[in-house]
Amino acid sequence: MGEQLLQLLFTGLTLGSIYSIIALTLVTTFNVTGILNLAQGEFVVIGALLAVSLQGTGMPMIAVFIVSVILVAILGGLLERLTIYRARGASNLSMLIITIGLSISLRGLALLIWGTETYSLPAFSEGGSIIVGGAALNPQSIWIFALVAVTLTGLYGFFGHTFWGKAVKASVYNQTGARLQGINLNTISFLAFVAAGGLGAAAGVSIGPITMVTYDMGFMLGVKGFVAAAIGGLSNVGGAVIGGILLGILESFSSGLISSGLKDAISMIILLGVLLFRPEGIIGAIRERKI
Amino acid sequence: MLRIKNLGVYHGYVQAIRELSLEVKEGELLAVLGANGAGKSTLLGTVAGLYKPTAGEIIFKGKPITGQKPEQVVRQGISLVPEKREIFSALSVLDNLMLGAFHRYRKNKPVLMNDIQEILELFPALKGRESDQAGSLSGGLQQMLAIGRGLMSRPALLMLDEPSIGLAPLVVREIMSILVKLKKTGVTIILVEQNTKSALKVADSVLVMERGGITHSGNSVDIIADSSIQEAYLGRAR
Ligand SMILES: Nc1ncnc2c1ncn2[C@@H]1O[C@H](COP(=O)(O)OP(=O)(O)O)[C@@H](O)[C@H]1O
Ligand SMILES: [Mg+2]
Repeated sequence: MGEQLLQLLFTGLTLGSIYSIIALTLVTTFNVTGILNLAQGEFVVIGALLAVSLQGTGMPMIAVFIVSVILVAILGGLLERLTIYRARGASNLSMLIITIGLSISLRGLALLIWGTETYSLPAFSEGGSIIVGGAALNPQSIWIFALVAVTLTGLYGFFGHTFWGKAVKASVYNQTGARLQGINLNTISFLAFVAAGGLGAAAGVSIGPITMVTYDMGFMLGVKGFVAAAIGGLSNVGGAVIGGILLGILESFSSGLISSGLKDAISMIILLGVLLFRPEGIIGAIRERKI
Repeated sequence: MLRIKNLGVYHGYVQAIRELSLEVKEGELLAVLGANGAGKSTLLGTVAGLYKPTAGEIIFKGKPITGQKPEQVVRQGISLVPEKREIFSALSVLDNLMLGAFHRYRKNKPVLMNDIQEILELFPALKGRESDQAGSLSGGLQQMLAIGRGLMSRPALLMLDEPSIGLAPLVVREIMSILVKLKKTGVTIILVEQNTKSALKVADSVLVMERGGITHSGNSVDIIADSSIQEAYLGRAR
């Protein structure tokens, strides 16, 4: 019994870490640009699918990871210039609808290129599961935990300790003040989408070995990421990570202990609950810092 | 140094500036006076690039800058210390000052600490508060920080929008004396004020605005002497 619980915990932590990364990119883009990017899940999928194709050419996994991240980062920047930038000044609702349009287009593109097949990616490191306390921990999970840790450290380092990070923060706090100092908000929006693309792809390539990859998995990943972010209050980086982990563990335990049909329902229930009872987010209520 | 010709600016349907022309000479301190709603902030905001004019021309150092964005204007050497100060309250005093030098950060990084020291010499009250959150400062210190941040871009033209607003007389006097010091270092200054008395004390020339246009202009001695202006627009200045 204890081993089964530990096993569910490992699965939950792995799932949760994936949601955390997606939530992190959503929250960062939202803080920086005010845009809720509903195409974030698609960046994850395209990253994973590109990795599948690149890996097919015999490229080593590390190179596959890097190239895929770079390509989707470019895609993110390109899409920002082609859509968000052209609509600059439009309302947040219009921007939201644009990202929905992007999401649908990207899914269509993925369908055209990769079809409806289910793909898988090889794990980053060879070797079987590690047995911890009688439960099996997939080595790929450790890579995913590492990705969350690196992403978080990177975000805190960038925003807390670099001049450019502070310039971005300044533009979040006070747009007029930032523009008067010469900070170009359009450039910041562009860079936010480059980062969102790159991070999304990193998440996609990392989860590929665990979840299998299909062209249409982006929607659900986007929803999970959004739910995780909403639990954390939508503008709180730490909250997004906790929200993601919480969601992953809840999903894992409810599908393991009650019924596997519950897995996707959980996030919808939480989403409704959060929106109905605490629109500003559960953890957001006690948050003290933005970004 | 700055020439404005037949400027027209709208906020939606409201015309805030109409057919306004003016000239600012290099090295002078120009005070712009006028009641609430006269269009003073719109004038400065338009020069700084925050608002797009519908008519007219703005020429700075012989080059047209009409319609440029704020991030471009500040690179030409014009800095606006806005009405609401717009400091970054959640960032430290030091970060605020650093960000004032945003557009020259890459080239001038090694000298920025020196520049910040200079600013702190100019505003000694900010010394020792470098790592405090800007939002935790008193109103007077926030205003000094806003001016200091504006100076970090090394402007040739510094525009201040009602720096004295809400501040104690002693602090106002300190800020005005700092503006005089700055002028001596060669910075051209446009000072928008409702605090007529303080502004007239430091100004070389004066403009009076009403409903988006200029009603009076002259050097400060003449304006102070003109009793009709005193009564109609400025209250008693002495
Ligand atoms: N952002 C704005 N939107 C709409 N109207 C504005 C805006 N800013 C100023 N106005 C209007 O433009 C006119 C000039 O305002 P302003 O430039 O702020 O004057 P002042 O700084 O002299 O008090 C006023 O009638 C004011 O109501
Ligand atoms: Mg004003």
